[in-house]
Amino acid sequence: MAHEHKLAIFRGRLKFKSNIQKIWGVLIFLTLITIVEVVLGIVKPTSLTHSYFLGMKVLNWIFIILTVVKAYYIAWDFMHLRDENSSLRRSIVWTPIFLVAYLIFILLFEADYIYQVYRDGFVTWNF
Amino acid sequence: MDSTVTTDTEENVWGGGNQPLGASYGKMMMWFFIVSDALTFSGFLAAYGFSRFKFIETWPIADEVFTHVPFFHGNYPMYYVAFMTFVLIMSSVTMVLAVDAGHKLQKTKVIWYMFLTIIGGAIFVGSQAWEWATFIKGDYGALETKGGRILQFVSADSGERLALRDFSETIPDDRVDHEKKNGVWYYQGESLPSYSLNEVLEGVKSNSNVLIRTEYLKDGHKTVLTREETLEKLNDASMVVEGANLVQNEYGSRLFADFFFFITGFHGFHVFSGVVINCIIFFNVILGTYERRGHYEMVEKVGLYWHFVDLVWVFVFTFFYLV
Repeated sequence: MAHEHKLAIFRGRLKFKSNIQKIWGVLIFLTLITIVEVVLGIVKPTSLTHSYFLGMKVLNWIFIILTVVKAYYIAWDFMHLRDENSSLRRSIVWTPIFLVAYLIFILLFEADYIYQVYRDGFVTWNF
Repeated sequence: MDSTVTTDTEENVWGGGNQPLGASYGKMMMWFFIVSDALTFSGFLAAYGFSRFKFIETWPIADEVFTHVPFFHGNYPMYYVAFMTFVLIMSSVTMVLAVDAGHKLQKTKVIWYMFLTIIGGAIFVGSQAWEWATFIKGDYGALETKGGRILQFVSADSGERLALRDFSETIPDDRVDHEKKNGVWYYQGESLPSYSLNEVLEGVKSNSNVLIRTEYLKDGHKTVLTREETLEKLNDASMVVEGANLVQNEYGSRLFADFFFFITGFHGFHVFSGVVINCIIFFNVILGTYERRGHYEMVEKVGLYWHFVDLVWVFVFTFFYLV
């Protein structure tokens, strides 16, 4: 409660005069990202839907990265993680990231394996 | 122990009133809860990813499922969900403003910002209820095959989707809805679809304009069968499906509907409880509880929960509607 707000975002490139100004600034930034996401989702440029990176469409990578960026600013500025002790911040952020990354890795690999079994194996499911 | 020299610092450490990691007890517990809840949601979303990768070639396209905007007819993919996302972000902003006003002990401002936050949350929950209702009611209708796959219909001329009502024949049928009031016992039969399987089959056969669209994805589009393949595929059809529930889904894979209800439902429940908690805090602020306490930390704590709900929605939005 007592500690001061850190008023700079984008690694100190953009400084705000007061906490309220920072809140509105972050809102504008989040809105811009959402608009970009929606426009990309409606237009679906073929250059992005037909190129792949690590087995996933480039467009989907863009969506996921933009989502993580949005999540970062919600957590850091709206939930005041920027103002908390670094030890608190790290324990809150890295624990789920580690566990979730592990879970996603296992589940998606397993799912891809099952998909191949369905496709190549002697299983009829489309009748 | 008697010989231990008690210094000032030691007295501070063992004398109570410490705040590990510089956060008060309540705030820390809220963070613990949020982390565990985040793991629950991650489990759901990862399970969604699992099922999607398992059926990667036949998964429904979200843009074709969520195309409605209240009070408007036509095909508007994404717009309404984008609006809902914006409403939730906006109510997050009013929440931070309330927390900020709380730090400065400005009671009237806190009241107004809390009020706006509650309104935003209510609009979001209402929108989600509307979205559920539209999803459950369905749009075009489809046939389900014996293997549980979904067959949808498109027009051969324009390539646009066709609803069952556009081409189905009306054949007199003696099967009627069995309602509770006609039953000897207090039960009723399963409700009949608007068109029987036979009516749809005859409709497809007599309209040469109707083609079947399967679940198969090729280059981001569902595969459309030729007229000959369409007529042959009709032999596999086993029932008419309209709308979606936990067992059937006219939009495609049943798991899609299951996960939609489960994940957005669980999130909607969070928003709803968030609104209720916000209301409690709102009235406490009006009554001056925190004014007397000397600090507005409770507002900050519910604020954390409210932002978390927003945070989860950002991910649900991406993985359900965009990707």
